[in-house]
Amino acid sequence: MAAVELRGVRKSFGATRVIHGVDVSIADGEFVVLVGPSGCGKSTLLRMIAGLEEISDGEIAIGGRVVNQVAPKERDIAMVFQNYALYPHMTVRDNMSFSLRLARAPAEKVQERVGKAAQILGLESLLDRYPRQLSGGQRQRVAMGRAIVRDPQVFLFDEPLSNLDAKLRVQMRAEIKELHQRLRTTSVYVTHDQIEAMTMADRIVVMHDGKVEQVGSPLELYDRPANLFVAGFIGSPAMNLLPGVVRRSGSGAEVELADGGRVAAPPTQAGDGQAVTYGVRPEHLSLGTPGQGLTAEVVVVEPTGADTHVLARVAGKSLQAVFRERHPFQPGQQVSLRPEAPKTHLFDAATGLRI
Amino acid sequence: MTSAARLLDRIQNSRDILGVLFLLPAAALLLVFLTYPLGLGGWLGFTDTTIGRPGVFIGTDNFVSLARDSVFWLSVWNTFLYTAIASVLKFGLGLWLALLLNRNIAFKSLLRAVILLPWIVPTVLSAIAFWWIYDSQFSVISWTLTRLGLIDHYIDFLGQPNLARGSVIAANVWRGIPFVAISLLAGLQTISPSLYEAAMLDGARSWQRFRHITYPLLTPIVAVVMTFSVIFTFTDFQLIYVITRGGPLNATHLMATLAFQRAIPGGQLAEGAAIAGAMIPFLLAAILFSYFGLQRRAWQQGGTDA
Repeated sequence: MAAVELRGVRKSFGATRVIHGVDVSIADGEFVVLVGPSGCGKSTLLRMIAGLEEISDGEIAIGGRVVNQVAPKERDIAMVFQNYALYPHMTVRDNMSFSLRLARAPAEKVQERVGKAAQILGLESLLDRYPRQLSGGQRQRVAMGRAIVRDPQVFLFDEPLSNLDAKLRVQMRAEIKELHQRLRTTSVYVTHDQIEAMTMADRIVVMHDGKVEQVGSPLELYDRPANLFVAGFIGSPAMNLLPGVVRRSGSGAEVELADGGRVAAPPTQAGDGQAVTYGVRPEHLSLGTPGQGLTAEVVVVEPTGADTHVLARVAGKSLQAVFRERHPFQPGQQVSLRPEAPKTHLFDAATGLRI
Repeated sequence: MTSAARLLDRIQNSRDILGVLFLLPAAALLLVFLTYPLGLGGWLGFTDTTIGRPGVFIGTDNFVSLARDSVFWLSVWNTFLYTAIASVLKFGLGLWLALLLNRNIAFKSLLRAVILLPWIVPTVLSAIAFWWIYDSQFSVISWTLTRLGLIDHYIDFLGQPNLARGSVIAANVWRGIPFVAISLLAGLQTISPSLYEAAMLDGARSWQRFRHITYPLLTPIVAVVMTFSVIFTFTDFQLIYVITRGGPLNATHLMATLAFQRAIPGGQLAEGAAIAGAMIPFLLAAILFSYFGLQRRAWQQGGTDA
């Protein structure tokens, strides 16, 4: 097990720069998720840690050793690929033992390691099958088994669940997390799915356009997004973002929205008249008495059973609210939505940064 | 409705009749240009036909006399030697070329097109070029080597048995490599790059990646390509006929060229047909080899998605 340090890491493909200086330190035993929309450079960054892509500038250190010039096989890492990359002509057993056999490990050791990994993952009965004879979830497990057998310093996961159906994904998500709690091997996990990131990570690195937007624990990112990008990316349904202007009155402050309606602002240093983006999560809206909070017109009501999602229109913008209670809303109905002021967010309209 | 119209209507609505009708053109072509000549050739081998005289059935006499014919056995030996050496070389060099072309290199598609040239050029034309290259007075190879001071008199490429064999094999290899290389390249491109990355992380060196990933995944294509390559080489006629006509002293006569020479210029149609017929068992063996080589391996069975 080892810590992983990224210091000023950059990557360009020819003239195209895809990663613009990433600094992240991953502690020993930590489970870190790199998350971001497609094309943000997260997979490239992972492949640079693995040694499958060259590092254009900066340093990557694994366990204190700078590995920029170290070949992938010398880095003592194991990677789980998006398409699993199982060797189709080898049985599950041979897939899992390939690295040990290449390293000329004694047969008993191979046997023991493979047996142990198979037992952890429940693959004992599948050891003599070929990858083609396995289901998606089983292949996924074999891919993890191949990584576990190596007992590496770091596990790298490249969108390992994206080829699975929704139900299996939820199940494998929990299995990977449990596995990590058991093995405590430093893990770097890439995904575009913010729910995977939230549920699995000790710490999340949010990436966008080759830059790190924010690093923090899942709840830190949820409670205090550093900028508009993180605010919109983390959380589902996404945070509502409305343009407005700060109006100070005495000690408190309010935000005046485009339609002239006013809502209480969270504690802020923002000056009177400053243009801001006001953010409120759908789950932090509740039904208020008329004339209080946001005046909204109900557009669509989506009951999911556990809660009800309401798509509404406020000051010409769409807004989503989630209610635990079952209100008898009708499309076209005028309602008043009251935000929980301490849980709302203000961002500078110009820079997009939290204020 | 008249009875003729009713018949037409029935034909138009019958799957069986329509099926046969659609099959007819292709079946006719096969019968007239493939089955009939093959059958006629087979039959001629059991007669004493010569040019200008229809023969009668004489049983296996032709084959018995061939069995005592040292030139025939020399041609069998030549054919095997030619096929074995040329196929091995074509496979080795073709695979090497395919691996090179599979890398990211500049002008990749242009190079791939150029590689195909020897295969597209009509064989007779390239054979004539080789004939000049091997000429005892005008050989460009001899000329270059003398200029470099490596030899002091011209090599008689086609005048000595073993040199002539080597020369025609080289020409055949040159002509056959593109087919092997391009087919294997197509096979190489079906192998997912992530398998190599996984193997790299698993600690495989480049030779081990070839040995444990590339080669096993390529075997199904190797089986097809090499079966075809062996069949083409075994039945080769044009190169030999243009470059050496089987000489010197029958040293480069293959079964195909000997069959032609005995049958057409020599007029012994029946004997030529018998020699050609003698190739059939060997070709059948090659087809069986491919049949078993093409059997789906255990790892290819089961599930449909990759």
